Amino acid sequence: MTRRIFSTVAGLVVIGIGSATAQQPAPSVPAGNAKAGQALFMKIGCYQCHGNEGQGGAAGPRIGRSPMLAFRNFVTYIRAPRGEMPPYSAKVIAEKDIADIYAYLASLPPAPAVDSIPLLKP
Amino acid sequence: MAAKSKMERRKFLKGGMLAGAAAIVQPAAVVAQQSSAASEEVEVLTTESCGSDYMVDVIKSLGFEYVCANPGSSFRGMQESIINYGGNRNPEFITNCHEESSVAMAHGYFKMEGKPMAVLAHGTVGLQHASMAIYNAWCDRIPVYIMAGNYVDAAIRRPAEWYHGVQDCAAIVRDFTKWDDQPASLIHFGESAVRAYKIAMTPPMAPVLLVLDAGLQEGSNESKTKLPIPKLTMPAPPQGEAGAVNELARLLVAAENPVLVADRLARTTAAMPLLVELAETLQAAVIDQGGRMNFPSLHPLNQTQRAAAAVGEADLVVGIEVADFWATVNALRDQVHRSTRKLTKPGAKLATITSADLYIKSNYQDFRRLAEVDLAIAADGEATLPALTEAVKRLITSDRKRVFQQRGAKLAEASRTTRERLRQAATYAWDATPVSTARVAAELWAVIKNEDWSLVSNYYSEAGIWPRRLWDFNKPYQWPGHAGGGGIGYGAPSSVGAALANKKYGRFSVSLQTDGDLMYAPGVLWTAAHHRIPLLSVMLNNRGYHMEIMHVQRMCNQRNRGVDRGTMGSTLTDPNIDFAKIAQGLGLHAEGPITDPKDLGPALRRAAVAVKRGEPALVDVVTQPR
Repeated sequence: MTRRIFSTVAGLVVIGIGSATAQQPAPSVPAGNAKAGQALFMKIGCYQCHGNEGQGGAAGPRIGRSPMLAFRNFVTYIRAPRGEMPPYSAKVIAEKDIADIYAYLASLPPAPAVDSIPLLKP
Repeated sequence: MAAKSKMERRKFLKGGMLAGAAAIVQPAAVVAQQSSAASEEVEVLTTESCGSDYMVDVIKSLGFEYVCANPGSSFRGMQESIINYGGNRNPEFITNCHEESSVAMAHGYFKMEGKPMAVLAHGTVGLQHASMAIYNAWCDRIPVYIMAGNYVDAAIRRPAEWYHGVQDCAAIVRDFTKWDDQPASLIHFGESAVRAYKIAMTPPMAPVLLVLDAGLQEGSNESKTKLPIPKLTMPAPPQGEAGAVNELARLLVAAENPVLVADRLARTTAAMPLLVELAETLQAAVIDQGGRMNFPSLHPLNQTQRAAAAVGEADLVVGIEVADFWATVNALRDQVHRSTRKLTKPGAKLATITSADLYIKSNYQDFRRLAEVDLAIAADGEATLPALTEAVKRLITSDRKRVFQQRGAKLAEASRTTRERLRQAATYAWDATPVSTARVAAELWAVIKNEDWSLVSNYYSEAGIWPRRLWDFNKPYQWPGHAGGGGIGYGAPSSVGAALANKKYGRFSVSLQTDGDLMYAPGVLWTAAHHRIPLLSVMLNNRGYHMEIMHVQRMCNQRNRGVDRGTMGSTLTDPNIDFAKIAQGLGLHAEGPITDPKDLGPALRRAAVAVKRGEPALVDVVTQPR
């Protein structure tokens, strides 16, 4: 029961994030360390819902890659998510660490074109 | 009286054994004298007729193909009758290594075959092992026919049989079985066995339990005439009341955006075409929640992959055998303060057709939250669909038909756009290590799409949603539905049971097997090898109980502490489990662990060769969490 509710509502998060991704990155993004960000992404559990490369999964939407959510919006959402995502308060993750995670997500290469993958041919 | 004679026989036998031992050391003359005395009281040590032979006659009349069991002495009489008197055919004895596997195999078998499998278990220790799987079957409203051995008569119990004797055997599972009985005579058994089948198979279907007294199994059938086998006549399933069905048809025809939500609808293979006909008649959106294989995945009216949007747009939502209709039209947020909100727009009408309204129990809370609806039809969904569709057809005018066609075109476009978006989503992390679950689904689809395939695994997690996003499900046997009670350990045995049902049809059975699930009772892989059950198991091995990891992570975050410790207690690492070695040890062709996605396709093709030879095979893939 809990599992089912979790997954059902998690789908709504996709919609919430999806609308937010239309926004452009803020002009000033703090410098972050992508490598440190990747380690943090795994360590504090971001991968659990979003996948190891932020590709998205059943419990969380795709994050990162173009278009990136503006950094300030990214921080705001992490601190006080509107949907099912667990909150990451300032007590458990500093903004500097969020900047590292942001840098990791921004560093990810684009996905291959869907038509270049024969296995995904409709 | 019968107990007395059995007790006397036992006493006599003991005396005989002592005499035999004494003969070793006593002079020949003494032995001859004692032998002469013994021969005056001829003990009957064999029998030509026994109660369990009649039990097998009755069981055969019910059409069981298989009986699953981990052997147990409390049903030894029944087991012998099945293999010798019954010729080990219909039912054939299937050897399990755990009673939970027996019941879950029967659960999976029913979902493919549409008829129950029998299960034998010790009435005490066996039934306790089986209870979680029975609960899954109960929650999923699947009939499993369980027979438990018991030693009712305390006067003839040997020492171990005291542990296998119980006053009220069924008590432990009575909250989640539909009916039980402990017959006191063979005539009583015959009637109860047929009654149990009838009850189990009448919607809402559910597991039943017969307790077989060992004395009744092993005792002589002293009837002078052949005992009658009661005739089984299945009741017609309950159809919706005509007035209510007509009212629902009126609502459906008048609605601008009706949505049909199906969950445990498909009781038989007839259901899918019936739902397709209703949906196409109305050009209505369909959401298949997946409790059964209800609707073709690529049908243009299938809006499952955009279910939230479809429900949000609806002015009428009709739940047909939906296990949790409240959660279909409402959301409950899992934060510190749990809050709810409606998913439907104001004024949307709600209706249900479900056999769940006909039968409910109180202790276990699987009946879900009460949904407030405008029209509730207490009936079997599948049995009601023909009348509903005919009622809809009678009400359709040419104006409404034009509206329906326009609606259908919009839904088809929404469906096409959604599928394209999902295809695009599969490209992300395509070459990642560990392998993405989308990549696993795509690689596997390439191997099976030209076969007469059947995906026999359920999903505990939504990891398995990729097949439903990418594959073309259009036959009733291509998907068995969910597990029921959410008790982990169901996936592997239910897959083997479903594959057993598929075997005689020559279908290519494939399962997406999660690691935590397989670790509950991996011995069922041996059962698959032993009984030559062809099944390709592809591990989604994320090396943890990932759903639980996410739950604990949520607690860490809510409490502002230890957000880097959420995995503790829920991972399956250090050491990593080598599932290929486990499977090889149980007699399977097995490969892995595969971490590079480029190695996956060739491994799957090699495993498919083994499956086509009629064997089970396993490919262990180390995957992303979901």
